[in-house]
Amino acid sequence: MGLRGEAAIVGIAEWKPERRPTAPPIFTLEQWAQLTREALDDAGIDPSEVDGICATNIRESDSFVPSTITEYLGIQVNFAEVVDLGGASCAAMVWRAAAAIELGLCNVVVIAAPSWPSPRPPNPPSGPSSWRYGASSANYGSPQAEFDIPYGNVAQNCGYAQIAMKYGAEYGYDPEALAKIAVDQRVSANHNPPAVFHNVPITVEDVLNSPMIADPIHMLEIVMPCSGGAAIVVAGKDVARRSKHRPAWISGFGERVLHKTPTYAKDLLSTALIPAADQAFDMAGRSRDEVDLISVYDCYTITVLMTIEDAGFCPRGEGQPFVREHDLSFRGDFPCNTHGGQLGFGQAGLAGGMSHITEGARQVMRRGGDHQVRDADVAFITGNGGLMSEQVALILEGD
Amino acid sequence: MAADTPQRPVPTPIDRTRPFWDGLRERKVRIQYSPSSDTWVFYPRSHAPLTLADDLEWRDISGEGTLYTYTIARRPTAPDFAGDEPQIIAVVELDEGPRLTSTLVNVDEDKISVGMRVRPVFEDIPGSETTLLRYEPAP
Repeated sequence: MGLRGEAAIVGIAEWKPERRPTAPPIFTLEQWAQLTREALDDAGIDPSEVDGICATNIRESDSFVPSTITEYLGIQVNFAEVVDLGGASCAAMVWRAAAAIELGLCNVVVIAAPSWPSPRPPNPPSGPSSWRYGASSANYGSPQAEFDIPYGNVAQNCGYAQIAMKYGAEYGYDPEALAKIAVDQRVSANHNPPAVFHNVPITVEDVLNSPMIADPIHMLEIVMPCSGGAAIVVAGKDVARRSKHRPAWISGFGERVLHKTPTYAKDLLSTALIPAADQAFDMAGRSRDEVDLISVYDCYTITVLMTIEDAGFCPRGEGQPFVREHDLSFRGDFPCNTHGGQLGFGQAGLAGGMSHITEGARQVMRRGGDHQVRDADVAFITGNGGLMSEQVALILEGD
Repeated sequence: MAADTPQRPVPTPIDRTRPFWDGLRERKVRIQYSPSSDTWVFYPRSHAPLTLADDLEWRDISGEGTLYTYTIARRPTAPDFAGDEPQIIAVVELDEGPRLTSTLVNVDEDKISVGMRVRPVFEDIPGSETTLLRYEPAP
């Protein structure tokens, strides 16, 4: 079952994340056009060759998203996908693109995550923003509107803190080990010029002395929201062979979707990544110790800790000593989020999730620059949506 | 914790869920039960999760349970909750099995622990027909 590893990431566009955008707002469709052009240029592929797109929502249209984009770009496609899996969306789009290519549906797929601010309408509609409660839906009839939002159980900090608290009750909690994840990743960010926290080193003490936001999570264990944008090009074998860079072949994936709100998890500590990672490794025919780097979703430090465990790099419950014993920086013995992670690079909306893919691909392409992992051939990537409950695992490989 | 005011989000019951909210108004915890699979269900649904049986019936329970997990939010989790911090946002596992979202009241922060026994506290929200189900430590 699964992919044959005959589709690859061949082009990357990624805008520098900015906490306070220095350029004016850009409509999402315009971002799509610019990101697509940059990613195709990077690969050396002509826009006329694009025959597939994977998108998330766009500001200019609530529905009919793919056709709105293809019309704007002036392209015609055989594969048009919208994915709605939060932070797992981009990783989910990568395997969908690879699968479509291997099925022979298409040959060149653009995946974009435009996350730059859009211009506001001159007469904005009144009423509360639909994003008032983060990812929690306040729509009429929504279970969250009735049973979670009234108790303040909204947005992301609260749910991840509940997960971390449960983890601590089960396995014990080592705040210094969790803090070290942010510190090690910051070392890599300090060697990655586009990172929002480039040249801003931190220590474990800095993390533990930063304000407690939701027990047991400190401010420096939480991603920094940014503006940005990213796109990649996924292409079939023949196109990949004539593209500009060493292709990053997509050899395995897994996807698992459970619930939306942690309250209703079957088992809060048994995340969707466990089956997703097993499937990805089985499909690729790779073992954990063949992985040269991991590039895993890191909205919070607890996300990284549980990902390392649930992807099978150490036994469950032993992540904290594992993190203490290993150097997670790009030059360490267990390179993890070598671009700095979203904790160090910044979280530009869905482009934050894309950054784990661009970084994994960049490393396998040997384009890591100052933060290149030596001889990087196999990268393990995750996307994480919601509250650890939507998980996608990917394996990228060089030739 | 500051009293809830009408500015706080309050639930808008739908026909399907109204027996639960009516129960809270009567100081009862009333949830659904599926006889065909002998399982209890929360939140209220049209069909039982997993089996999709449409035999759900309402039953009163004690509402007591254990604290499955929690957090203490030091910053408001949304602008609407400004002034409520610290919010002790809990997941309670009912003795019948299902879990629900609540907040802990009448408790010292350092006396909270995962697994502790908790019992219902019914809070009528002024200016609304709503009663929320909060929890406190069981003696």
